[in-house]
Amino acid sequence: MQWETVIGLEIHAQLSTKTKIFSAASTAYGAEPNTQACAVDLGLPGVLPVLNQEAVRMAVKFGMAIEAEIADYSVFARKNYFYPDLPKGYQISQMDHPIVGVGHLDIEVEGQTKRIGVTRAHLEEDAGKSLHESFHGSTGVDLNRAGTPLLEIVSEPDMRSAKEAVAYMRKIHELVQYLDISDGNMQEGSFRCDVNISLRPKGQEEYGTRAELKNINSFKFVEKAIYTEVERQKEILEAGGSITQETRLYDADKDETRSMRSKEEANDYRYFPDPDLLPVFISPELRAQVKADLPELPEAKKQRFVTDYKLEAETANNLASSRPLADYFEALVKSSGCAAKICSNWVCVELSGALNKQNLSISQSPIDSDRLAQLLQRIADNTISGKIAKQVFEAMWSSQDSADTIIEAQGLKQITDSGAIEAIIDKIIANNPGQVEQYLSGKDKVFGFFVGQTMKASQGKANPGEVNKILQDKLRL
Amino acid sequence: MTIHTKTLKQLSQDLQAGEYSSQELTQVYLTRIQQHSALNSFISVTETQAIASAKQADALLTAGNASLLTGIPMAHKDIFCTQGVKTSCGSKMLDNFIAPYNATVVDKFNAAGMISLGKLNMDEFAMGSSNETSFYGPAYNPWADNTVPGGSSGGSAAAVAARLIPAATGTDTGGSIRQPAAFCGITGLKPTYGRVSRYGMIAYASSLDQGGPMAQTAEDAALMLQTMAGFDAKDSTSSEQAVPDYSASLNDSLKGLKIGLPKEFFDEGLNNEMAAAIETAVNEYKKMGAEIIEVSMPNLKLATAAYYVIAPAECSANLQRMDGVRFGHRCDNPEDLNDLYIRSRGEGFGPEVKRRILVGTYALSAGYYDAYYIKAQKIRRLITEDFTKALETVDVIMGPVTPTPAFDIGEKTADPIEMYLADIYTIAVNLAGLPAMSVPAGFIDNKPVGLQIIGNYFAEAKLLNVAHQYQQVTNWHQQMPQGFE
Repeated sequence: MQWETVIGLEIHAQLSTKTKIFSAASTAYGAEPNTQACAVDLGLPGVLPVLNQEAVRMAVKFGMAIEAEIADYSVFARKNYFYPDLPKGYQISQMDHPIVGVGHLDIEVEGQTKRIGVTRAHLEEDAGKSLHESFHGSTGVDLNRAGTPLLEIVSEPDMRSAKEAVAYMRKIHELVQYLDISDGNMQEGSFRCDVNISLRPKGQEEYGTRAELKNINSFKFVEKAIYTEVERQKEILEAGGSITQETRLYDADKDETRSMRSKEEANDYRYFPDPDLLPVFISPELRAQVKADLPELPEAKKQRFVTDYKLEAETANNLASSRPLADYFEALVKSSGCAAKICSNWVCVELSGALNKQNLSISQSPIDSDRLAQLLQRIADNTISGKIAKQVFEAMWSSQDSADTIIEAQGLKQITDSGAIEAIIDKIIANNPGQVEQYLSGKDKVFGFFVGQTMKASQGKANPGEVNKILQDKLRL
Repeated sequence: MTIHTKTLKQLSQDLQAGEYSSQELTQVYLTRIQQHSALNSFISVTETQAIASAKQADALLTAGNASLLTGIPMAHKDIFCTQGVKTSCGSKMLDNFIAPYNATVVDKFNAAGMISLGKLNMDEFAMGSSNETSFYGPAYNPWADNTVPGGSSGGSAAAVAARLIPAATGTDTGGSIRQPAAFCGITGLKPTYGRVSRYGMIAYASSLDQGGPMAQTAEDAALMLQTMAGFDAKDSTSSEQAVPDYSASLNDSLKGLKIGLPKEFFDEGLNNEMAAAIETAVNEYKKMGAEIIEVSMPNLKLATAAYYVIAPAECSANLQRMDGVRFGHRCDNPEDLNDLYIRSRGEGFGPEVKRRILVGTYALSAGYYDAYYIKAQKIRRLITEDFTKALETVDVIMGPVTPTPAFDIGEKTADPIEMYLADIYTIAVNLAGLPAMSVPAGFIDNKPVGLQIIGNYFAEAKLLNVAHQYQQVTNWHQQMPQGFE
């Protein structure tokens, strides 16, 4: 039988507010355990939550970016369950009245554009962390993360393959960073995802029973987990079995999913409106303000890059996919005054390649756009050739020096003095009579040999245009 | 006149005039607390801190930098977090909990220069109407042997009635200020929901809880409320409405005051003598020129049922933080996480608290939520509408605080429902979020009777005015239990 995969994602994006969603404690990552948890985060008796309005703004911003309905009125609810890293015994979340309603996002897979529905997005607080290592058989609890604001983004079951799911996840990841509402750092758990998967016979309308894979924090694992889970379900269904509705865990080491709890064992969270918090009203003023602050979104930016800079669609897409990358590119164009095409080449090829090699993001680049601009200017004004520029780039990568300093120090300045080049060429012609003869007898290809020899003799510093011109003159004899 | 029988107002005048020092005054009350420890009205007495604070107060008084309440002793219900001092909430669960911060209300009284003498007994987590659910044993009503002081602010009421302190804080979720005030013959005020910050006040039912003053007179209650009231950025449910001068309107004339008497308050459930006492009180108002109007609140009979869904539902969640992990009681040698939870909570909570957690958890469960919680919220809205409608035609609503005077210790502990029904006249007010007072209005068998005065939202000044005028023509509030004069 032909099976169709149906996938929906619940993405948790940590919002990059300075303080927690209901307290004034810092949200910075990596502090000593329990040093960033105040009385409110610890859930001490008598404390009360106070909503961080910045988190509300960020949620509204996200909603506007996916053209979603923004609720006039939204309500926080208590989700009740016991766990040591959940200090109050309930998580403050949203149930019946989420802040962001129905919206959508377009993804591209294999050249096809597809619209994915977003059911809702709501605000909630993160829990702390249970640390099971090095406590002599006990469990340690670190509440630094408790109360960190999360935006949970729930999709419609609109995806039909692992590739689509990953494309959607990437798109959301790209978007939250674009909007500057999340750092999207997956290693630190700022961006993670639950995947709902079911299969149905191709052509069947109604959905099959789904399994939920919890807490996956990389694109690669999402893809692998889906393949693995689809295979598992397929095997069961083809053997005439049925799928149990349950929550499963993906074990990346063994590349398998295993059951965490069945529907019957699922918690009854007993949601009810949190009486400590007033309903949130989104005023027209706030809407207008957020709308005015909304940055140019990736799709619009891509179009602008194609129109304004005459970039290829693919290059434009590549640059526009990350806001810091796009910003870098535009800053480079502006400060170098060089052609956009050259700038995009350097950003997409040399710079991106070097960054990837060391697993760095654009914001961690050792060469900022101003330093790179100077390098490109030196190519443009013929101080160095493109080839030498790559050498200078490498030197810049591992030092703080400017392009000019390196060119000067390493004596890489291009030789444009035709007398000097002539001297080199005369010597080469004299030393290679056989090749001269070949060329004169019509073997044009040998011309390249002379260019190569000249460049080699000049240690790459001879101006290639000048070399060509002089060679052509001399060999015409 | 002996010092300990004086009102806040009188004590303030004496201190400012240098009749005696705050240290002397503090010592007088500390001695009385010790002498009458059998009342069991205090859970903790903070003598050392009190003496140190009194010293500071005296410095301010001498320098002429004192405010109205500087140097006057008081005490807090043990539900308010007090930094460095045990804050037990009447429970074994928090018997070892030293609060690391002050409740906003506590900070405000400290800033006003009042001297806290300790923490007052109360029903466990404010769940109870007799102070009998306290882990520390019941406080006793100074008016009669073997009689409950009411609850949950029973310690506060007993201590003020016995003149162990001139005034105290209390909290009221379903009548916990008004009912003990009535049982002990003192003046208690539950403010409008949101008038007083709940920050640092250990939550029972968050949408109903409200702190307020318990004192000898309406005049003193006005001074206390003046200190407690106001917006608090740490409590999202606190109101930004400006706080008026509560003492300024105390002497306003009541001529033409419209008093509503809900007929549902005076039906067959009310003890005859109680009905007569309330009628006598209402007649005093008639003499002052007030107009009496019968009003009807058809949904009042549903209040107790709605309350016993909403309050337990909220408390079931509020008390989940008491899990033995970060503070409070933890069982010995837990085998695993479940064992830690089950035994810590099983050992830490008393039976009434467990009962309400169970009821609340049930009411919020999948499949029952609509039938109980949602329905109760609808009833809450109907009751609120009954009140607001009545308050369109009258200035205040009057009635009894309780169906009977204080009952005996142990009389109602066997039947929780009977205990719950004793709160029938107070509960509806919390559901509506309105302010209300209990004012001493006579005696039945030598036990005090309270008159309840309910006002419109943020009409505390009006309530205090109405109560104060009554206290100008009656002396019920000046009566003191035998042996405590």
